[in-house]
Amino acid sequence: MSWQTVLGFEVHIELATRSKMFCGCPADHFGKTPNSQTCPVCLGLPGALPVPNVRAVEWCIKLGLALNCQINRFSKFDRKNYFYPDLPKGYQISQYDQPFGHSGHLFLSSGKKIRITRVHLEEDTGKLQHAVVEGKKVSLIDFNRSGVPLVEIVTEPDFTDSSQSDEFLKEIQNIVRALDISRADMEKGSMRLEANISVMPAGQTNLPPYKVEVKNVNSFRFIKKAVDFEISRHIKLLESGKTPKQETRGYSESLGGTVSQRSKEEAHDYRYFPEPDIPPMTFTNSQINKWLQELPPLPEQIRSELISNFTLSSANAAIIASNQQMYNIFTQAVSDPEFSPKAIADVLINKRYGPVLPKTGNDLIKYLKSLNQTSISDSSQITEAVKKIISANPRAIADIKSGKQQALFYLIGLIKRDLGNVDISLVKKILIEQIL
Amino acid sequence: MNRNLHSFSISEAREGLKSGKFSSRELLKSCLDRIMQLDTKIHAFVSLNEKALDEADSVDINKPLGGIPIAIKDNFLTHNIRTTASSKVLDTYIPQYDSTVVKNLKNAGAVIIGKTNMDSWAHGSSTETSDYGPTLNPWNTRHLPGGSSGGSAAAVAADMCLAAIGSETAGSVRQPSAWCSVTGFKPTYGRVSRYGVIAMASSTDSPGPITKNVEDAALITGVIAGKDPFDATTSSQPVPNLLIPKKIKQTGLRIGLPKEYLEVLEPASRQVILNAAKKMEDLGHRIIEISLIHPKYSIGVYTIVQRSEVSSNLSRYDGIRYGNNRSFFNQEAKRRIMLGTFALSSGYYDHYYAKAQKVRTLIMRDFEKAFSRVDLIIDPPSPGPALKVGASLNAPMFGEMQDILVEPSSISGLPGISVPGGFIDQLPLGFGLIGPQFHEDRILEAALQYQSATNWHEQKPIL
Repeated sequence: MSWQTVLGFEVHIELATRSKMFCGCPADHFGKTPNSQTCPVCLGLPGALPVPNVRAVEWCIKLGLALNCQINRFSKFDRKNYFYPDLPKGYQISQYDQPFGHSGHLFLSSGKKIRITRVHLEEDTGKLQHAVVEGKKVSLIDFNRSGVPLVEIVTEPDFTDSSQSDEFLKEIQNIVRALDISRADMEKGSMRLEANISVMPAGQTNLPPYKVEVKNVNSFRFIKKAVDFEISRHIKLLESGKTPKQETRGYSESLGGTVSQRSKEEAHDYRYFPEPDIPPMTFTNSQINKWLQELPPLPEQIRSELISNFTLSSANAAIIASNQQMYNIFTQAVSDPEFSPKAIADVLINKRYGPVLPKTGNDLIKYLKSLNQTSISDSSQITEAVKKIISANPRAIADIKSGKQQALFYLIGLIKRDLGNVDISLVKKILIEQIL
Repeated sequence: MNRNLHSFSISEAREGLKSGKFSSRELLKSCLDRIMQLDTKIHAFVSLNEKALDEADSVDINKPLGGIPIAIKDNFLTHNIRTTASSKVLDTYIPQYDSTVVKNLKNAGAVIIGKTNMDSWAHGSSTETSDYGPTLNPWNTRHLPGGSSGGSAAAVAADMCLAAIGSETAGSVRQPSAWCSVTGFKPTYGRVSRYGVIAMASSTDSPGPITKNVEDAALITGVIAGKDPFDATTSSQPVPNLLIPKKIKQTGLRIGLPKEYLEVLEPASRQVILNAAKKMEDLGHRIIEISLIHPKYSIGVYTIVQRSEVSSNLSRYDGIRYGNNRSFFNQEAKRRIMLGTFALSSGYYDHYYAKAQKVRTLIMRDFEKAFSRVDLIIDPPSPGPALKVGASLNAPMFGEMQDILVEPSSISGLPGISVPGGFIDQLPLGFGLIGPQFHEDRILEAALQYQSATNWHEQKPIL
């Protein structure tokens, strides 16, 4: 029997706004002293009220636009009620039935369309730290992350293998970075992935009766491994006549596979209802159009421009488009007609200038020029220069004739200054011939 | 006449303070003595501000409320003063910040004298469900003061402070004010910040003053009203000048008298309201009989919306912080959490919450339509005078039934007032008016006219 993978994703992106989603505390929480960036609002103290961050709303909608979403002209926040110690209010402010963006899509390089269900805005939770304090095992809560703006992107289960999802997830990162709304850094948790995986007989139209969620994976490489691991695990179970258990699993680097975290037999009832503390929002067409106009060139557009305008290979175009700094240097450098775009791309991608990118396109051109001035080894050109130097420096010549080596090096230096990068041994040889 | 300082209204006390007849410390001391003398009997307070005397000494009496002792309902956060919402869950909770209302009062020079008793979490209309024991009605201690701001209304009626702050979700300012014969004003929802008020039903909670007369209510509203950057639901509508001129010239207002509301009133209370209507007519206004959606439909709407919001708002008291865990919630809170949780559950949301919100919209439209024909509407704050102690026990819908006449205006976010309107068998009754959103000035002016033509507000309980 042949099998077909049903694979979808939830991607969380922490926005790099200056302040948190509903209060004035700094949103940049990475590596800060625990609970040093909190206030009544993000601690969920009695009486505290959320006031939405307008910039975060704008950024979420722009991300929706970049993902070809429809933007709801009427939207609102909702309360998602559940208990967890890192959730100080007992509910998370999120969006339920009127997300900012819905019904979007992205195309993979193969032309395959991945549908995007929704793009919505919510608040991040605090962080639990399990520690031993005075010999006792305790759980500590750090609320610095509580209330940081978090965008959730949900896809349809349109992927059929992990290489498709790998390309898609990296593209999401590229888009977020191009919009400059987050570093989307997997290691720092500002981009988080959750895969929903199931397997069914090929050609079946109904979705399988189960799905496995893989969470808390902090690299593209590991999520790909986790997905592949799950697919073969499911197939093995299905072929032995079993249905895989509906559960949440995590990825273990040491095992090179996934491990069960908790079974999820019952669906949560989050008792969503409209957040009464925040008035609903309406957006006009002109507001949405303005934000659409403000979108920077997106990776897909950049890639196709790089390919059509500069005849780069699609592989090179993808690398340059995925790095904003590299892209800037490239576009500056190609304005110098002396070097071909391919040469510029090659030197950038292969890091021939060293481990750190040059600051500007000009710096790169200078570097390329210095490479091009390979030693002058034309003996007639050198002979001419040597003759000029000899007639201008009779004293040095005399010194050389009396055996002073230093004077010889002095003249070589002068010639090098005239000619630039030059074959020194050839200069020395001609110089000696001419003098003696 | 040598009056006790604690019996003064704010305007009277300000004159005395400014002319140097007495100091803000003397004024406060008089109120504190009154509390010491009476509060074992009335039990209006759950906490006192231990630094109040020091604060009274350093206050600037030239400010709008300079040196005026004001009591605060215990669901308003007060920096460094215990705030419990009369629930043992928060028995030892000392807030790190001031609610916006308290901050504004302090900035205006008010001295916070203490925190008043209330139905626990504001769940009720009797102040009998407080975890710290009931407050009793100063007019007759065998009767209830109403609620949930019963401590505030009783404290003002018993002259333990010059004014108090209450909060109304549906009737919680107006009903206890009516039962205690003081003035209670609920501004438009969104007019006064809810920041730092322990949330009951977020979409209707409205802070408001409880005072000895209409002028004082206007003065305090002017201090606490306005856009708050910490509350996204506050309106940026400019606050009109609420400091009413001494002589009111407003005549010819069209005042609606809703027949469905009269039906709900007990006969003696109906007569009190009709007398008040007649008084307004004598003052040069026109009484127009109108028809509104029957208030009984508001009970269902209010119950669903309020319980749903309560179930979510109380979930932060999960036992991890604030000292006491969930077993400290009393029966009424548990009942409300259960009902709200049920109403919001998957599959029931559309049947209950969504439908309630639709009916709520119809009621709001009904008021809009009415206010195209009339300027104000007579809205009796309560079906009858204060009930006896114990009346709310084993009556889970006690509050809803007592507040039936003010629930429609509350869920519609309308401003409304209750002023002393007479007595039945030595128990006071209130007269109430409501107006269109953000027309607080119109209500206050009409209420002041009524007050000027009557002397109910000058009568004091014998204690």
